[in-house]
Amino acid sequence: MADKRMTLDELVGELASGMTVGIGGWGSRRKPMAAVRAILRSDLTDLTVVSYGGPDVGLLCASGKVAKVVYPFVTLDSIPLDPHFKAARQAGAVEAMEVDEGMFYLGLLAASQRIPFLPTRSGLGSDVLEINPSLRTVRSPYDDGEELVAMPALRLDAAVVHVNRADAAGSAQILGPDPFFDELFLGAADRRFVTTEQLAATAQLAEEGPIQTMCISRLLTDGVVETPGGAHFTACVPDYGRDEGFQKEYVTAAGDPDAWEAFGQRFLAVDEDGYQAATREAADQRAAARAAKEGA
Amino acid sequence: MTDTTDTGVTRAEYCAIACAEVFRGDGEVMASAFGTAPALGARLARLTFAPDLVLTDGDAALVEGAPALGARPASLVYESHMPYRRVFDVVWSGRRNLIMMASQIDRHGNQNISAIGPWARPKAQLIGVRGAPGNTVNHPTSYWVPNHSPRSFVEQVDVVSGVGYDRATAAGPSATRFHEIRFVVSNLGVFDFNTPDRVMRLASVHPGVTVDDVRAATGFDLVVPDEVPDTRMPTPEELDLLRTVLDPKGARDREVPS
Repeated sequence: MADKRMTLDELVGELASGMTVGIGGWGSRRKPMAAVRAILRSDLTDLTVVSYGGPDVGLLCASGKVAKVVYPFVTLDSIPLDPHFKAARQAGAVEAMEVDEGMFYLGLLAASQRIPFLPTRSGLGSDVLEINPSLRTVRSPYDDGEELVAMPALRLDAAVVHVNRADAAGSAQILGPDPFFDELFLGAADRRFVTTEQLAATAQLAEEGPIQTMCISRLLTDGVVETPGGAHFTACVPDYGRDEGFQKEYVTAAGDPDAWEAFGQRFLAVDEDGYQAATREAADQRAAARAAKEGA
Repeated sequence: MTDTTDTGVTRAEYCAIACAEVFRGDGEVMASAFGTAPALGARLARLTFAPDLVLTDGDAALVEGAPALGARPASLVYESHMPYRRVFDVVWSGRRNLIMMASQIDRHGNQNISAIGPWARPKAQLIGVRGAPGNTVNHPTSYWVPNHSPRSFVEQVDVVSGVGYDRATAAGPSATRFHEIRFVVSNLGVFDFNTPDRVMRLASVHPGVTVDDVRAATGFDLVVPDEVPDTRMPTPEELDLLRTVLDPKGARDREVPS
């Protein structure tokens, strides 16, 4: 079997400016944040980002690397809006394609199945068809004659998803309750990357969870990167929950240019090991501040 | 807890009852509810007059019974796995009844959660259309607006996310086939679309609210019948469930202060 292990830098090396990149996860949950951070450190630019959006979209917009975002929502879950995405949209800094979240799913599914579109009732009557003038409807060729939205395939140049466990050959395991649409992101893409909390021997996967958790086959992966904490600060259950304290720090810093500059220096201008160390230190500082407040 | 009337029932409790009524008569469908009053309403309905209703844990599962707000995951009894990909099977099959929130809603029941101002370059980017376009043309949808004002009840929404009656009709039979905007519940009253041209009508006011209060807080010309009833009183059993079982910490009164 092919050994698909690689480093974050090698993963980023497979990407090019101008690409359409799909990012797995959902909102502020199981996002391949280590890969996003590696993209932030690269000289990539002019990307189209396709995502059930969370802080991945926010950070990439803040870095100026994004030309266009394709999304049904962008949210931090426990905090409704991502401040950087909001700012980018309000400044007109990024092009946008906003669609219903079911349409988005069908776009990935159509791309995975190598067909041009999938029909759906979703979108009819809404402004999704007005704000995306390229969208078309299609009439059923059968007696019902229904007119439905023809959701075009969301073909991706590359996709990155983050999982709990994977083996060196690219079989991947999601131990949390929802696999989201990660399998379809990979299926829709030409270059397919999995980042994982932990590399495991193939035989170990069945010990970690039932067969249903082993939901991404190596048919769908070209590269595997071990990145412990690689979804931080988004949730990656059962390995860890969302780092709510850090997410708040992210949002607070985004509200002030100087604070954002300092945040970037401390957390984003460093490599992944440096990031993980800095966030542990930040957590300790927040805990110490809480203790001091309670003691006061 | 502040009493708004001499019955001792708070405004938030009337809101919860009004939200529960959204689920009356549905049988075995998946209830999805965003916001505190809707979450309480769905649970109340499940524990009383809608026992076949199916509730979710807000994550990726269906749960037995009606857990209290903020119940610990370890205390839940799971009925079924319901990841997002399967949620779409439920949405598209129509076996769902939903209360969403609305940043803006208009007289035809169009809802906006996408952006304020022109979509191309919004004055305020909101969360995005999410599932609202698909939900509204696939299964009954109602709305919860905890801050009824001319800014939320508007003449015309800026971005049609959830589809209202006029837009569904204009889009044709595929859009209207399963479309139903059932109720709008706000902190002031309950609204439906039981009018000949399917525009919003005041169905009831929460006790303590006048029809003039509602008119003043609404940014469009609301249909108001000659007689406007009060939103119904919770039964003693419903009040007890709300106060001691489902929401003992009073989250409802923080969402809608009396």
